[in-house]
Amino acid sequence: MAFTPENLARAREVVARYPRPKSAILPLAHLAQDQDGWLTRDAMAEIAQLTGVTAADVLGTCSFYTMFKRDPVGRLVVSVCTNATCLVTGGPEVLEHLEHRYADDPEVTVEEVECIAACGGAPAMQVNYEFHEKLTPDTAAEVVEAYRRGELEARTVSGSRR
Amino acid sequence: MADVGETRIITRRMHERPDDSWTIEASLGSGGYDGLRKALTMTGEQIGQEQVKASGLRGRGGAGFPTATKWSFLPKGVYPRYLVVNADEGEPSTFKDRMLIERDPHQLIEGIVIAAFAIGCNLAFVYVRGEFALGYDRLRQAVDDARAKGFLGTDILGSGFDLDIVLHRGAGAYICGEETGLLESLEGERGMPRIRPPFPAIEGLYAKPTVVNNVETLATLPHIILMGGEEYAKLGVGRSTGTRLFSLSGHVNRPGNYEVELGNTFRDLIFSPQLGGGIRNGGSVKFFIPGGASSQWLTGSDEHLDAPLDMDAVSALGVMLGSGAVMVYDETTSPALVAWRLAKFFAHESCGKCTPCREGTGWLEKVLYRLSHGLGRPEDLDLLLDVGDNISPGLNAPFSQTTICPLGPSAVSAVVSLNKYFRDEVLAGIAAAEVPA
Repeated sequence: MAFTPENLARAREVVARYPRPKSAILPLAHLAQDQDGWLTRDAMAEIAQLTGVTAADVLGTCSFYTMFKRDPVGRLVVSVCTNATCLVTGGPEVLEHLEHRYADDPEVTVEEVECIAACGGAPAMQVNYEFHEKLTPDTAAEVVEAYRRGELEARTVSGSRR
Repeated sequence: MADVGETRIITRRMHERPDDSWTIEASLGSGGYDGLRKALTMTGEQIGQEQVKASGLRGRGGAGFPTATKWSFLPKGVYPRYLVVNADEGEPSTFKDRMLIERDPHQLIEGIVIAAFAIGCNLAFVYVRGEFALGYDRLRQAVDDARAKGFLGTDILGSGFDLDIVLHRGAGAYICGEETGLLESLEGERGMPRIRPPFPAIEGLYAKPTVVNNVETLATLPHIILMGGEEYAKLGVGRSTGTRLFSLSGHVNRPGNYEVELGNTFRDLIFSPQLGGGIRNGGSVKFFIPGGASSQWLTGSDEHLDAPLDMDAVSALGVMLGSGAVMVYDETTSPALVAWRLAKFFAHESCGKCTPCREGTGWLEKVLYRLSHGLGRPEDLDLLLDVGDNISPGLNAPFSQTTICPLGPSAVSAVVSLNKYFRDEVLAGIAAAEVPA
């Protein structure tokens, strides 16, 4: 999907911030994910045009970064930390519970992530990059359900406010 | 043990105004931008080579390099030059910069303007970790508000000095916290570290002279200017002056960020009632990781717990204060399991540029996996050390390295520590487990 006229204008504004247009690849990929829910090939081709590089260059850059989803994901991306502090405070149990519960749910994508800088509230997770801390398997699932019911307002899959 | 508390300098506002510390109103209502006003009456040279130098400020990102010295490496008369703020906090168990960004973004902006003025830079970039969505929102609002008040933009506070800030979100790659990986990423590339020289001060962002400073380092600057460098240097111990924000986590009763004067001890940090509050269930420390996942470990021995929070003193123990993260583990913890999880992290985050790290971290992860899941072999510890020696010859701290950046050697730290302190426990575990024929 190409950028909407409104987002295309924003994209041009972003490119203009930088001394070199290629610097805008990451912010534009976030913008594309805000719009489309994942990073499509069409979006990468358009980012290439806007930044004066090839589509392969954009793919080469974007494929390095875990936040860019090059396949469709659920409306809610749940990122559960299991790194060194969450490891010993219940993170793996939260992950296992959520992975099992949402295994066949197209709306929710559960992923294991590296340290998200919330170790003071371990175990921690993010839902579309909003932090949730001091979790148990049950309270973590309750948080996800609250987003599903619309009681918590989700950011985009790239973590932007709508 | 003394009942040590916090010394709140960079965390004062967020504690005094917990409900709105990130707003321009709270900032201006509690001394915000006073440091900038004072700094603008000085010359850049006076700020850098007098005040900051006298303060003894050392980088708070991990390496602990003196800030004034870093600035002094910029070649004279070469413009444009850039200030790049490393807000890509990703060292496991470090969560201090996130707090500084989310809860006092104006303090950071004030520090950025002071640093930019001191080094003669008119365009600064803040590379914010992609996952810090709230922090990015708060920073963006703060930049807008600061610009509206005349703290950013053209002719700042009538000084004739111009500065703009570009906020740049990362996208999930630990290696972009390494300064040259960060610069690559900011240029729209994969975040693979560069070979030095040239150092960023000579050829950094867009091959222009560049200073890369950490969030906490910059957040400290307004206070150094207001207190005076010499006064700031009275805090702390030896060459470790001032306070640092320690991220304390794991099996302590009160995990969290604590701003502590350097020179207090790990025991103070972990056990003081106002700080860590001791180990859960009245337990004891089996081991702790004193400076983020990249550091070697220390144990619950008196020698280690009584070591001062002093970058030089801990170096003598073969570990580092690093990013200020202290992960504490009680007697229930399997050190091999922790070592495996850290190896898994480094294997995932290795950028793939250097062979010893790309291949070696994968080996470390696989061997540590079987070692920590009942499938270990008696020769595994020595195999780990052999792999580690290929990444970091000699296996000593400070690192030697066969790689461009310190990520590979960092992955070896846990292996060395596991062997040094828990070899018998690991070997006993292997012997006790049923090994498939």
